Amino acid sequence: MLPIEVRDVSLEYDTPAGRVQGVKGASFGMQASEFLCIVGPSGCGKSTLLNIIAGFLTPTSGEIRIGGKAVNGHGMDRGVVFQDFAQLFPWRTALGNVTFGLEMKGVPKAEREEIARKQLALVKLEKFMDAYPHHLSGGMQQRVAIARALAYDPAVLLMDEPFAALDAMTRDDMQRLLADVWHKTRKTVIYVTHNVAEAVYLADRVIVMTPHPGQVKAEIPIDLPRPRDPLSVEFLDTQKRLLSHLGGTAIPAAA
Amino acid sequence: MTTQDVVTSSSAAGLPARHTPAGDVWWRALTRNLYPFVVVAALWELVARLGLFPARLFPSLEVVFAAFWRLTVSGILPHHAAETVFRLLAGFGIAAVVGVLIGIAMGRSRRAEDIFLPLVSIGAPIPGLAYAPLFLLWFGLGNFSAILLVGFVSAFPIIFNAWTGVKAVKEIWVRSAQAMGADQRKLFRYVILPGALPYILTGLRLGLAQAWRVLVAVEMLAAVPWGLGWMIFGAREFLNTDVMLSGIAVIAVIGLALEKLVFQRIETYTVVRWGMVTA
Amino acid sequence: MSTQDAAHIDTAQPNTARVDIVRRNNIRSYWRAAITLLIAALLYEAVARSGYFPPVLLPTLPKIGLALWGSLADGSMPRHVVYTLYRVMFGFGLAIVVGIPLGILMARFRHVENFFLPLVSAMMPIPSFALVPLFMLWFGIGNTTTVLIVFYAATFPIVFNTWSGVRSVNPLWLRAAGAMGADENSLFWKVIIPGASPFIITGMRQAFLRAWIAVVGAEMIAASDWGLGWVIFDAKEFLNADLMLASLAVIGFIGFVFERLVFGSLERATVLRWGMMRAAKG
Repeated sequence: MLPIEVRDVSLEYDTPAGRVQGVKGASFGMQASEFLCIVGPSGCGKSTLLNIIAGFLTPTSGEIRIGGKAVNGHGMDRGVVFQDFAQLFPWRTALGNVTFGLEMKGVPKAEREEIARKQLALVKLEKFMDAYPHHLSGGMQQRVAIARALAYDPAVLLMDEPFAALDAMTRDDMQRLLADVWHKTRKTVIYVTHNVAEAVYLADRVIVMTPHPGQVKAEIPIDLPRPRDPLSVEFLDTQKRLLSHLGGTAIPAAA
Repeated sequence: MTTQDVVTSSSAAGLPARHTPAGDVWWRALTRNLYPFVVVAALWELVARLGLFPARLFPSLEVVFAAFWRLTVSGILPHHAAETVFRLLAGFGIAAVVGVLIGIAMGRSRRAEDIFLPLVSIGAPIPGLAYAPLFLLWFGLGNFSAILLVGFVSAFPIIFNAWTGVKAVKEIWVRSAQAMGADQRKLFRYVILPGALPYILTGLRLGLAQAWRVLVAVEMLAAVPWGLGWMIFGAREFLNTDVMLSGIAVIAVIGLALEKLVFQRIETYTVVRWGMVTA
Repeated sequence: MSTQDAAHIDTAQPNTARVDIVRRNNIRSYWRAAITLLIAALLYEAVARSGYFPPVLLPTLPKIGLALWGSLADGSMPRHVVYTLYRVMFGFGLAIVVGIPLGILMARFRHVENFFLPLVSAMMPIPSFALVPLFMLWFGIGNTTTVLIVFYAATFPIVFNTWSGVRSVNPLWLRAAGAMGADENSLFWKVIIPGASPFIITGMRQAFLRAWIAVVGAEMIAASDWGLGWVIFDAKEFLNADLMLASLAVIGFIGFVFERLVFGSLERATVLRWGMMRAAKG
């Protein structure tokens, strides 16, 4: 039994222009502690698929199984990090944001702050515990969001292009930081991106999706040794291989 | 926070809080704010002393201050002011509680929205004061009518803003909170309420301003025995312009204090600190 | 109102995939709105007919309708409306003529700002109605007093919003325009004024709302014979609740028309089209 299984998931919806197939027959399984990237051009349904896994959208058919059980709706077994910086609650400090999930669980105050402090240290933000989100830069806000999603210890971390709105330099730093966090926590991660280099840098395995309808086109294991060097020949080869699977569809220049 | 920030933050409020940076001396700011008043006062005094208008209608400042002092010492002015403030708080208090509850209900439930929205949108564009004769007719002259009218009128902006605020809560906050296991009740308390707070505060502030305007007017019309509005109106009969001007000054001070001391402070502690309102 | 609200509700729906449902929901909303109003009217009618309250105080809806029709037919209501509109437009026009230039001057010149800002801030919280008795003493009963009260009520929101609007013009736009060779004059007309317009329009909207309240209030005690405020207050003396309610409906209707149609379309034609809305804090 795999910890996470996506079984033949499809989603159709109506628009004024007619019925659209957002995701068609997506199936894959995941090992524990695996880092999975879903890559595809914009509009290929990768974010939709992630939202289905997160439970914000209900698939037209198929099912998501976590720990062998089919899940319905959102739950604390999944942590979510969105692309939008505004996901943090502006009325809570960084610490207050990270403790939120634990507070919902009913963890006592001292304990949850202890955990939150550790999580913030993990993303190197322990100095900014008491800052409100609007005082933090975009990269810092996303780090708080990661700490927040990890704090209540979900079985899987879902990330929807969390670094897409950051500048290239910050993004590189963040990718290194995330690889480091993942190395330390050994979380199971599903990471959606349209950036091929990012996928090669982070993933154990990449799922390539194509649009109209959103379908899984290929699965590529990436077995480069970690930490990975984005300038090495092997890295660039893998990147090329991945790009060829995307079939020459317009991909934004790999950063 | 720089000076610039403080000034803009008060832009919606009224008096620009010309707080100077820590290094500056507070009295310099005070003088800078006072000098226009001195100029205006001097002009007033000049016109009054030239005798262009009858002294009864355009009294010199000395006369106005004398009247103000006389009324304050005798306790008449404080009594008027206290009655007015009591009515304001009673009326506004009712409006705040009822208005926020209705507004949030409208934002949260489609059914409540469908029921209240038509009523609110029909009632809102009628100027509050226009209801005054109706209320006086139905509930008689006096305190009850005045308080009820103040509450009724100031409820509209409160309802409207609370409703908009709940609607404006970002979907991504709701999703994040749900993903972290917040149930409906917690979602409401920890996300919707703080998320809608900037709007709710704006509504309360507008409501209070509305209440204040209507109250002064309704005191003139409702034949209440005490109250600043009544004092001003009563003074007209005896051409007591000095009493009138004292009353207007007190009204201005109370209005300013409500704005500065109450709302600006609440905002600074909440939404401005959270960066939800550009300070 | 309805289109705007519908838009509100639409955006609140998270999923664009639910267009159908949203449309169905809206239709249901109109139905519910109609039903609510119908029930409210029926309730009122039932209370009015129950006889618990004197019918002079609580006239039935047909009676109110008749009063409205009668006053429209004999030309008295249109005349009241004309008087009130004349006063409000005169005062509002004066407020625009004085308020916008003053606001701009305050934003552009430090000395003007230092002088006027404290004055404006101190006078803003004085309800215009508090000045009615004073103005009555000075200017007597009639048009002068009511127009000046309207002017007083409407000026401050315009000054204040214009001032904040001009100050909040994005300095980047100024630099960009300067780099493209704009001189002081075109900078002012082509960048500052349009840039500040969301605030100015908000200011005018608030000002009109205040002016409309002020005119009705001022007319209640400082007008004689004509004007919507006068007619409701006068109706109270003679226990003409039907005429009073009819006039209330007219007052609400005119306020609604200005608020929604005039300022709404002004906004749609300018700042909404430019996507600049929400720049001004209502």
